[in-house]
Amino acid sequence: MPDRLIELRVNGESHRVRVEDRTTLADALRDECHLTGTHLACEHGVCGACTVIVDGDAVRSCLMFAVQAVGSEVTTIEGITPGDGSLSPVQEAFREAHGLQCGFCTPGFVVSLTAYLDEHPDPTDDDLRDALSGNLCRCTGYQGIVKAARLAVDAMKVDAMNAGAA
Amino acid sequence: MTTAARFVGQSVRRKEDPRLLAGQGRYADDVSLPGMLHVAFLRSHVAAGTIRSIDTSAAAALPGVRAVYTAADMNDVSGPIHASAGGAPPFGPPLLLLAADDVRFVGDPIAMVVATSRYIAEDACDLIDVDIEPTDAVATVEAALADGAPLVHPELGTNALAQLAMPDPELQEILDNAAHVVTRTFAMARTTNVPMEGRGIVATYDEYGGELRVWPSTQSPGELKAFASRVTGVGEHQVRIEFGDVGGGFGQKMYPTREEAGVVLAAKLLRAPVKWIEDRRENLIAANQARHDVATLTMAVDAEGHFQALVFDLIEGVGSYPPGGGTAAGGMLVMLMMTGPYRIAKTGFSCTTVFTNTCGKAPFRGPWAIETIAREQMVDEVAREIGMDPIELRRRNVIHQSDLPYAMTSGMLYDIVTPEETLEQAVEILDRDAFRAEQATARADGRLLGVGVSGSIEPSAVGMGPYATEQAIVRIDVSGKVEVLMGTGSHGHSLETTIPQVVAEHLGCDIDDVVLRQGGDAPYGPGTGGSRSAVIAGGAAQTAATTLREKIVSVAAHLLEAAPEDLEVADSRVSVRGTPSRALTFAELAGTAYLNAAMMPPGLEAGLEASSRFSPPSPFTWSNATHVCTCEVDPETGVVTLLRYIVSEDCGVMINPMVVEGQIAGGVAQGIGGALYEEMAYDDDGNPLATTFLDYLIPTASEVPVLEYGHVETPSNSLGGYKGMGEGGAIVSPAAVANAVNDALALVGAHVAQFPITPTRVLDAIEVAASRT
Repeated sequence: MPDRLIELRVNGESHRVRVEDRTTLADALRDECHLTGTHLACEHGVCGACTVIVDGDAVRSCLMFAVQAVGSEVTTIEGITPGDGSLSPVQEAFREAHGLQCGFCTPGFVVSLTAYLDEHPDPTDDDLRDALSGNLCRCTGYQGIVKAARLAVDAMKVDAMNAGAA
Repeated sequence: MTTAARFVGQSVRRKEDPRLLAGQGRYADDVSLPGMLHVAFLRSHVAAGTIRSIDTSAAAALPGVRAVYTAADMNDVSGPIHASAGGAPPFGPPLLLLAADDVRFVGDPIAMVVATSRYIAEDACDLIDVDIEPTDAVATVEAALADGAPLVHPELGTNALAQLAMPDPELQEILDNAAHVVTRTFAMARTTNVPMEGRGIVATYDEYGGELRVWPSTQSPGELKAFASRVTGVGEHQVRIEFGDVGGGFGQKMYPTREEAGVVLAAKLLRAPVKWIEDRRENLIAANQARHDVATLTMAVDAEGHFQALVFDLIEGVGSYPPGGGTAAGGMLVMLMMTGPYRIAKTGFSCTTVFTNTCGKAPFRGPWAIETIAREQMVDEVAREIGMDPIELRRRNVIHQSDLPYAMTSGMLYDIVTPEETLEQAVEILDRDAFRAEQATARADGRLLGVGVSGSIEPSAVGMGPYATEQAIVRIDVSGKVEVLMGTGSHGHSLETTIPQVVAEHLGCDIDDVVLRQGGDAPYGPGTGGSRSAVIAGGAAQTAATTLREKIVSVAAHLLEAAPEDLEVADSRVSVRGTPSRALTFAELAGTAYLNAAMMPPGLEAGLEASSRFSPPSPFTWSNATHVCTCEVDPETGVVTLLRYIVSEDCGVMINPMVVEGQIAGGVAQGIGGALYEEMAYDDDGNPLATTFLDYLIPTASEVPVLEYGHVETPSNSLGGYKGMGEGGAIVSPAAVANAVNDALALVGAHVAQFPITPTRVLDAIEVAASRT
């Protein structure tokens, strides 16, 4: 199958990668950009483990071809992570609330929740459960995840207030 | 010489979390080696059939394909496929790496393509021309047991392996004379483990170094090491398991499988790195499945509601190739555990293990769970039959402290259990009277609420046979930091945190200075499963850490010219009690032990390392739990909504309460899934009907209610007082949910006895009840 050279913008950096037309965005991110934090757990768009942010929207990177992402800005779990050894408010909340066990679904949850809270800074608990219900976890029974989402909302509100006061 | 309790019992934040949260975990699919090749399997699309011919020439000719293997290439080299622990299966046909002359379930691997990418490997699978002549298949236990049924394994001459209990005249007499005798049948659907990461493996073989390196997704690096050695002929000492992160298992990754055998063998044959990552369809149809039990229970009860006898007749569907070759360990444990938390003096048991043309049955979080799932529904049935509240009926029969030690009819002895205490704690959290009032009010409004109770005693930490031991090597490095090497296979269990908690506690250092290493140079261990890690791995870690502390105290006493009993160890420092300035750090002691051995006390070996292979004192270390669930059933839609979910658990001393509650929650969610949503369905021809997450429904955040926990902490008799509890959540919950639903349905005279309790089944039950009146 013929391949082509494309340019992907991922986490603010440009990656020139060779892909087939049928190469999924998830495979391109993992195999060509070497960003393996995006995980594949169903490859049919249900589980949410491969969620990335494309131009501000949370999308399933297993359901998108790499060539469709040309010209877009892609953010993966690696882009959400501060990179200096610290964690983002959502990541910190997951750790605090025991929102992960095996960790395989975790990047998808963190990316999905980060994108959601970006647009919905003041959700109710029911809103949060709805928002999280597009991602599957088999380890935690969602107890720590739901708790983490609430913790993250509260922490981000405090951060926003502090930023406003400063 | 004392250390303060600083770590054991604390909800210490997990050491593994930062890398997992940052997407920096290293799962099998994250391993990429130069020149790595990728595997795809061609699988049978029919449940039973004869392989007439296979033509792989077009596939082999596809650019990028390096090899196309069939049974003729692999099976004689690998030998039959079975786990190393326990040896070859006692019965059943040998399991071959690739299907040879016939296929016996949809998903049976027929050919294996190795290519430069997974995309090309899958393209090549499409080019293999395989001619299979379908034959009649049996998909259900009923069909498999019918007269003249097609045989799943013609070599056996039967689809059923029966283990029948002896006739018992005393039992018959009790049944003939009891005030009440109730018989009911309960069916647990076939479900499957569904780890979010499917199976996967990378292997490479160095022809000149003679070393086979394996990056696995396994619960047991030690098992896989022995397995890979046997399959490839590479000496076990030359197999290195590069254990990384594992995305869940729940029993499915306890035993290595045919596909993993194929990959390690291909790596050796091709002298190239080879990777196989299972996709979700493969995981659903061809990784091992679970449950699939039909249990018929008969209970004899006296006029006051005391249980007199329980007869448990089990039919266990095990698919085509269960690991171990026969029962997936379920039947035997059901027989041992069937009386659960109750005093029942007389029992009968039979088990029929039935092969079908479906995927094999494997362990799944409490492989014997049907004993609780059926018995706890039975208790509610008996309660309804004799007109007693199910909680009251449990109170009359539950084992009290004064009954201990209590010998079950199986001969197993309960020594330290608290089923009455967890029952009472869970009921207190519920506030039963308030709930019954709420239920009555709701009923007046036409709404159906229900409450269900379920209890169980969990046989954790098997202390017999191949699973009886685990070893820890605890080593203080030259710089005073601590490495722990163990044969465990943590895959979500938080052992990278809890084992360092135990070591830091008993060695006297900070937890940040301790790291757990699994696989690689770690000693053999059976791995992580069977709720064994806290008791057996924890016991090994505690013993080794304590031994090492004694050594550093001896070295410090010598160097400080103090008596050992005057020394205390804390924060990686050994100091003279009352004179904290007279102290040596672990780094200073390590400096002596490794770099200046002449200064060691006479007779003490240089270096700072201790090892312990630990075995628990009892055949099982019992933990116990009571679950209480409340729900609302919508009589118009049949939808069940869970309202409250309460767990009271006694797992002895909790190393990390946060981790304990996490294990409970995960198990409960899986049990809720099994009760309400999950079914690995097949049609009558053996075609799997759940091949995506759109068909196989696991609970989401919207379905699992907030869990409420109660803890009863009764130390076990094993070192540290720990009890295993990894499986209880999944074992106890299905019956709690079913009992809640049936309590609600009883308000309209309806009842459901088939899992999963789907809206359709609820509506059917309501309709049947309505037609009766």
